[in-house]
Amino acid sequence: MGWTLFILLVVLTVVHGNPTMTVRTGSGPTVGFDQHPNSVPLGEDIQTTTEVVEEVMTTGVLNPSHYPARRAATVVQHYLNTRYGSPYRWIFFSTVHSGSSEVGVEVEDQHTLGSVSGQCSAELFFPEGEGQSAPQVQASCEGLHQSNTTAQEEAFYQQHRASNNLVSGNNIPDSYGHVEPSMKPFWQLGGVASSFIMLRESNESTLYNMAQVANFTQLETEKDQLRFNYHVLLHEMISQEIIHWKLLVTWSPEQGVQVLQTELQPKCHHCEAPPNTTN
Amino acid sequence: MGTMHLLLSIKAGALRAGSSGQDTGRMKVLVLFALLAAANCEKVFIGDQVIRVNVESEEQILLLRALEQDTYWDLDFWLHPVNTEVPVDIRVPSSSLYAVKDYLRAHNIQFSVMISNLQELLDEEKAEMEENNMSERSSKSFNFGAYHSLETIYSWMDGLVAAHPNLVTKEQIGTSYEGRPMYVLKFSTGGDKRPAIWVDSGIHSREWVSQATGVWTANQIASDYGTDASLTSLLKTMDIYLLILANPDGYVHSHTSDRMWRKTRSKNPGSMCRGVDPNRNWDAGFGGPGASTNPCSDSYHGPSPHSEIEVKNVVNLVKNHGNFKSFISIHAYSQLLMYPYGYTCTDALHAAELDSVGRSAVQKLSSLHGTTYKVGSICKIIYQASGGSIDWTYNLGIKYSFAFELRDTGRYGFILPANQIIPTASETWLALKDIMEYVRDHSY
Repeated sequence: MGWTLFILLVVLTVVHGNPTMTVRTGSGPTVGFDQHPNSVPLGEDIQTTTEVVEEVMTTGVLNPSHYPARRAATVVQHYLNTRYGSPYRWIFFSTVHSGSSEVGVEVEDQHTLGSVSGQCSAELFFPEGEGQSAPQVQASCEGLHQSNTTAQEEAFYQQHRASNNLVSGNNIPDSYGHVEPSMKPFWQLGGVASSFIMLRESNESTLYNMAQVANFTQLETEKDQLRFNYHVLLHEMISQEIIHWKLLVTWSPEQGVQVLQTELQPKCHHCEAPPNTTN
Repeated sequence: MGTMHLLLSIKAGALRAGSSGQDTGRMKVLVLFALLAAANCEKVFIGDQVIRVNVESEEQILLLRALEQDTYWDLDFWLHPVNTEVPVDIRVPSSSLYAVKDYLRAHNIQFSVMISNLQELLDEEKAEMEENNMSERSSKSFNFGAYHSLETIYSWMDGLVAAHPNLVTKEQIGTSYEGRPMYVLKFSTGGDKRPAIWVDSGIHSREWVSQATGVWTANQIASDYGTDASLTSLLKTMDIYLLILANPDGYVHSHTSDRMWRKTRSKNPGSMCRGVDPNRNWDAGFGGPGASTNPCSDSYHGPSPHSEIEVKNVVNLVKNHGNFKSFISIHAYSQLLMYPYGYTCTDALHAAELDSVGRSAVQKLSSLHGTTYKVGSICKIIYQASGGSIDWTYNLGIKYSFAFELRDTGRYGFILPANQIIPTASETWLALKDIMEYVRDHSY
């Protein structure tokens, strides 16, 4: 099994910085890092070889315009969401600036669109070889904690924790891109929850985004966690497929977002598995 | 507008009661007539005339005032008797015409007929108003900041053509799989097969901001002609062809059934799944990497190159025309401006030039709202994908072949909020213009 190693310097600001992207081959560091309770399972028996993506091999530097950088940045985005996301914090990478590996990331809360200054460094491994194995991400960030969404999160939590008025919704955003203000936190929660799947399913030949929350239903609060069933549509850019997943999601301000169950849905009733026959 | 004033002056006076018994019969007819008109929500004035009296004495004023009070002839005074300085205008119902004119002559009151048949004038005015509404719809009242159905877009296109008859024509280039007409708007100031620029939007139906941008752009070209020096000079020597709905069946399906529908709606023999990815169906590296052999796949390339009628219609037009110099296809999302090739990562012969044209265009785009785009060949910037349109057009010799991926970068993705349509279209227009100007200035 080979490894492709990317080192990404993720800058959480819209201001230009000067980090450089480097790629190392050969033995990588031991993968052991601070994980969110329900994040991606660790791979075992890590072998390190010098196998790298052709693009990277020739230049030694990731071209920020070309797709490997973008796919890698998106994976880091998914990771950050599993780690730091909430109904009031949905993280997006906006662009990879030319000439460097800098990735500008917007952090949004309910009332203001803000950018958080600070630095985040990440290491990303795409395992290669047979068998689907999730990418390994190691990242630590300072800046994200500067965005204070605690008050909104707490209010939202208290509002929905009593089980006498369970919420549900569908088609978020609707066909016209509209999201009802009351539905926005549930949309964002769906996006964060989807990040767990998107991170797990990512490899060098994928680029995932959540296309839409098809529907969600709140379940009874259990162990102080808000609980939801979600049906989300993921868009995979390289195959152009829309992939349906059902998720069982919990959240509280303390525990963060957790995804307890995931279930892949068939693309259509008469299809078998979602087609994966792209050459 | 002068004609609008007339309509407002008409009073509904049909239901005044008659004053003498012998008129009851006539009055009954009048009442019935008025009721029928009211049922149609429209009063009719067939044969009614509007006469103008040039008052010459106080005595005449008194007479006319008396006439105004009397309801016998059902006169409708548009300008009332005031003094000898101002004329008196009277609408006379057709049934009262002879009697009224006799009366006026008997009293030596001079008059002239201003309107000899009021209904005729009203009909003309109505037709003109409808025409105005249509062209207003095409320029002012049409909401460019909203997503519209196919029917609405098609009818808007007719309005645009009607409003700019010396610049815009609509040509049917064929039909879709399900029989819907495919229309191209041609912007031309004359000539015969002038060097031309092609722009298409909506080939992938779920990318709604693409079609919406096509609509906005068509309107922009029409309104900028004559006011924007650069565009006007371009249209002196070149034509622009704009195919707004390149995949009409898919577009309708994305409205009625599945918002995420991408492909055509053709039936695939032996499969329950419909549709072919129209941007894997072109004869450029057909069937190669980046396209699927599975009819259920969203990137299914189809049974053979140009098997999709939507693709074939464009192929036929481009080949028959023979003089396109640029081919630009508009997609969404990812914020990219790309040039060939998609089916191979080997550089196209003109890659360096296309890259530089792209960078200049993207700079113009960003200048409006700060939106950032990446520039590169399809294969390097997004993925290897065979059977794409701009690869085919480039290999045909249409050097300036480009593909846009519009907003955004994934947060909303295909379901971009409608309030971003106009910002997206406006910034994209700057890039399009930049490319078109370059094409104009680099003839080959």
